[in-house]
Amino acid sequence: MTLAQEVMQWSLVAAFVCVALSQLGAMVRLVIGPSTGDRILALDTMVVNAIGLIVLLGVAQGTGIYFEASLIIAMLGFVSTVAYARFVLRGDIIE
Amino acid sequence: MTLAVIGTYAVAFCLVVGAFFALVAAIGLLKLNGSMTRLHAPTKVGTVGIGALLLASMIHSYVYAEGSMHELLIIAFLFVTAPISANFIAKVNIHKRACDMPPSPRQDKTWSTLNVPEADLEIEETGTDQPR
Repeated sequence: MTLAQEVMQWSLVAAFVCVALSQLGAMVRLVIGPSTGDRILALDTMVVNAIGLIVLLGVAQGTGIYFEASLIIAMLGFVSTVAYARFVLRGDIIE
Repeated sequence: MTLAVIGTYAVAFCLVVGAFFALVAAIGLLKLNGSMTRLHAPTKVGTVGIGALLLASMIHSYVYAEGSMHELLIIAFLFVTAPISANFIAKVNIHKRACDMPPSPRQDKTWSTLNVPEADLEIEETGTDQPR
């Protein structure tokens, strides 16, 4: 293994650790968050971090098969954030 | 210094940048005071952090496999939707009065997100939320 590949492996490990810590922090905010807006924001952050973790898994395994999964999670995350916020705002999702 | 070595270092750099911004978002989400200030931090991970990670994935696929531009789709989707969801969350904060209220509008009585219909005034005053 060359030096460049070793650097990439270590930065991959560091990225996994950082994104996982970020996911845990967002989960703490989801539990303690005083208002509803904080909880929605924490859920949105967790979805974004989940996309990051899946992308990192794809880089670690050197495959491109996780692309569709992360795209679907991005779309579902956006729709669920908007639905949750709309439910709080209007008391109904589709009027 | 071949192209593959430069690409590998570029992947490592993008991964570190993305990881740093993910950590920044978590720290901001936990440490900042007030709902509106907390809204500010995680929007960075949605654009810069995930953008850097997807860029790393793209460069990695070009260096080690046949290469793909598919990740651009996710980047574009996140860049388009991040401001919309942030706007919705800000509206929820105003609606729930979890932040400093904006100054009242010049012409109307109140902002539309704070407006209560005539039929729901009783619920608003007594605080009992009856199902419709």
